[in-house]
Amino acid sequence: MPTITSAAADAAETVNAVNENLAQLSNWFMYSAIAIYTLAFFAFCAEWVFGGRSRVAQQSAALDEVPVEVPAQAAAPVAPAATLAAAFGSAEPAAGAAGGGSVALAERPVVVVRDAGHDGDAADDGGDVTGGDERSDRFGRIAVSLTVLAFLLHAGTLLARGFAVKRAPWGNMYEFSASVALMVVAAFLILLTRRPVRWLGIFVLLPVITTLGVAVTVLYTDTQQLVPALHSYWLWIHVSTAIVSFGALHIGALASILYLMKDSYQKRMRAEDPKRRPWDTVMERIPTPASLDKTAYRVNALIFPLWTFAVVAGAVWAENAWGRYWGWDPKETWSFITWVAYAAYLHARATGGWKGRNAAYLSLLAFACFLFNYYGVNMFINGLHSYSGV
Amino acid sequence: MSIDINADKQAADAGMSTAPQPDKYDAGQSALGARGWLRWMWRQLTSMRVALILLLLLSLAAIPSSLIPQRSVSPFKVSEYFRNNPGKAEFYDKLQLFDVFSSWWFAAIYILLFVSLVGCIVPRAWAHSKALRTKPPAAPRNMERLPAYATWETDADAADVLAAARVQLKKRRFRLAPSTDSLAGEKGYMRETGNIVFHIALIGVLLAFLVGKLFMGQGGKILVEGSPEGFANSFTQYDDFQSGALFDEKEMEAFGFKLKKLDQTFERLGTQKGAPRDFEATVEYWQGVDGKPKTGKIKVNEPLQIGGTKVFLLGTGYALDITVKDSKGKVAYQGPVVFLPQDSNRTSTGVIKVPDVSRGVQQIGFDGIFAPTVSLDPNKGWFSTFPSLDSPALILTAYHGSLGIDTGVPQSVFRLNTKAMEQYKKDDGQPWAQVLRPGETEVLPDGSSITLDGVRPWANFQISKEPGKEVALYSVIAAITGLVLSLFVRRRRMWVRATAGPDGRTVVEVAGLTRTEGGGLGQEVQALVDDLRASAPVASSDGPASGAAPKSAEAEGAAKSVAADKKDED
Repeated sequence: MPTITSAAADAAETVNAVNENLAQLSNWFMYSAIAIYTLAFFAFCAEWVFGGRSRVAQQSAALDEVPVEVPAQAAAPVAPAATLAAAFGSAEPAAGAAGGGSVALAERPVVVVRDAGHDGDAADDGGDVTGGDERSDRFGRIAVSLTVLAFLLHAGTLLARGFAVKRAPWGNMYEFSASVALMVVAAFLILLTRRPVRWLGIFVLLPVITTLGVAVTVLYTDTQQLVPALHSYWLWIHVSTAIVSFGALHIGALASILYLMKDSYQKRMRAEDPKRRPWDTVMERIPTPASLDKTAYRVNALIFPLWTFAVVAGAVWAENAWGRYWGWDPKETWSFITWVAYAAYLHARATGGWKGRNAAYLSLLAFACFLFNYYGVNMFINGLHSYSGV
Repeated sequence: MSIDINADKQAADAGMSTAPQPDKYDAGQSALGARGWLRWMWRQLTSMRVALILLLLLSLAAIPSSLIPQRSVSPFKVSEYFRNNPGKAEFYDKLQLFDVFSSWWFAAIYILLFVSLVGCIVPRAWAHSKALRTKPPAAPRNMERLPAYATWETDADAADVLAAARVQLKKRRFRLAPSTDSLAGEKGYMRETGNIVFHIALIGVLLAFLVGKLFMGQGGKILVEGSPEGFANSFTQYDDFQSGALFDEKEMEAFGFKLKKLDQTFERLGTQKGAPRDFEATVEYWQGVDGKPKTGKIKVNEPLQIGGTKVFLLGTGYALDITVKDSKGKVAYQGPVVFLPQDSNRTSTGVIKVPDVSRGVQQIGFDGIFAPTVSLDPNKGWFSTFPSLDSPALILTAYHGSLGIDTGVPQSVFRLNTKAMEQYKKDDGQPWAQVLRPGETEVLPDGSSITLDGVRPWANFQISKEPGKEVALYSVIAAITGLVLSLFVRRRRMWVRATAGPDGRTVVEVAGLTRTEGGGLGQEVQALVDDLRASAPVASSDGPASGAAPKSAEAEGAAKSVAADKKDED
């Protein structure tokens, strides 16, 4: 059989070469990151367990029932570094500012902030996991340190992949999932530098570990170059903004779930003879419903314009690649559905009769649409976005 | 007590939001009359609650389109659906489920939604334009009941304190309204402006989309590499063409192009062996009737723009250069034949129709499989193992008789109608079948021959013109800008009051109010207070009445009752 070997094909091999060493390194990073996230998760568990045994926790739980007004916190704006230090260090809210305030009072008039419903400063109670227990606090600090370490390895995974193939490391579902999980952790860590949200860590790590687990088992794809349809700088713009949006919206959804649970818990506690549930020890230590609802809103509202931009960038790319900016491809349709669902949530939050629980259900519905847009549309519906590589 | 606080606060709050107020009409009222009912319906339609329900309906209504094939996206899949489930398809068709986005029910939802949007946004824009011309309200009597509050005593003159406050607030770009003993400032009007811009821009996006759909025209054209006959932009030259209801054929731009060269690379190694990696078409194009030819490149993500039309590279495949001589030795066919890829390794199928044979000879038709890298499997038969031309081969069977072309009934160029044809047989009675490699010739049992002269790639181009794209893009940019403003700008008011106290000192009060969620009001008021201290230093405390501490404690007591009086934001 005569065989035609084209010179172009040989040249193509060198162009498409994948740096196998880096690819291997990326995989090792990934497994290490998952292992350390799991350790961090257990450390968070220990923080909760030891904190729960403390008597102080029981007492603070009782205090938790009343919406808290924290005028002191607004007295002196808390430096970001201070809360980060608090996260690594003591979990006690930065209430020291109030004590120091009495000295400065004569020199510096203090602003009294109230009406938590309209100003976030007052509503940021950070939950109380440790209940002042020292061991609990130590485990909390270990958990945050481990999360940071795993985060760095996790970022290393994607960097190594990116350098191995010299392209954006989000060209298939495995890489996309890994990037989204990274952004969930990033969103948590960024939040942690600004607010006392160490209590959220245990809840954040659940979807992170699940996503990464699914990524390495079901979605895993070898390091590969991309099909021509993905050869575009829009891959950097469109997909990265979708990743950041998806990652951050995880936090919004988590806050909505916790809001619903805490709200139910408080309603239950108001009954004459409240029934205790096993997870009440968790419920009594997370922040007030108002604070959780506000967190959910802040994250969703912050991300909504970015998600809008991601969809628009996708449309511009589609115009470049397929000759039309909107063609109701299943991915486009579900992006539209997700966008409308989040728009509905934002409206619901300002509409009487929809505020509160109903708005939270909408937030979860919108997030479910996003989840389906990713897993459902990519794996079960045939469309133009069939880049899963699975 | 709480009523008093509310009234005080409402005055301070006035006009800060133009959100529609909840409907005060009761549906059960019997004496409404026809006009009353219309009014009531209009109020319902433009209420936030109905808009919310319409939004949810809109997303719900879009779902079927992702689960049931759509005519506008893949007409082939729809006809397949009709073949496989005729009963169900009939039912779905009645519900317009194959045309979700042009169905009456989808249109009803989005038209109602946009009517609701206009009905909501026009009054709000009107109210906002008035608010832009209105000064912020004067300081409320009991400033300490506002969400952020500070007070202290100073030896500075009240007028000087107010002058300093004026400078500070002006520096912060507040809109100011002075009165005798106090100063009111407001800022963050861009929030509502952004909100209105966002919603109006959405209408722009919808209109641009509709215009695009009405006036668009797009079609496909397959060109073989190096073929002298190219494409000229006229209706008849397209392989297929779709257009909107208002598309005008006469408006088609004059241009054309030829495919000079097509480079393709595929993954050679690993699990994704055979996956496409790069396609690049080099074309020679001209614009206008006598335009000079220019060279251009078209890649998958890099269309070529010619005037207002864009040319996209959608797909590629192989075409075979074939020469057929009939049994009398006449060249009956010569030229490239496009074969269509059937799998990712480019196992392709195609037919060669030879109608122009010598007098007295039957027409010939060939049915072929082409494999760029050929392999034979006992079960699958001939197939390709790689999409590049590593070891190309054409596997052929042939028919003679009437092709049926002369009957006038349109035929597919990719399918052979063998109704009036007979398959060539070998001497042993088996069907004639041959494997042809480039350069080889095979002779048919009746003496006619076929030669595979060579293999060339072809490219499938999409040529499309969709007006309104720019309007859609600008609208979307405006929408995102408006959205960012409406979500992140905080509308807030600040008041500074300076009055002479009973001990001759000046009592300074500073307060802030916002209806916007999100933190920062406390810090902002604190920053203002800190800046004001330079002009109004805190008087040395020699009595319990001076200093902020006792005031704060008193204010804290009031805070709870204010928090209890929840405000409706809609």
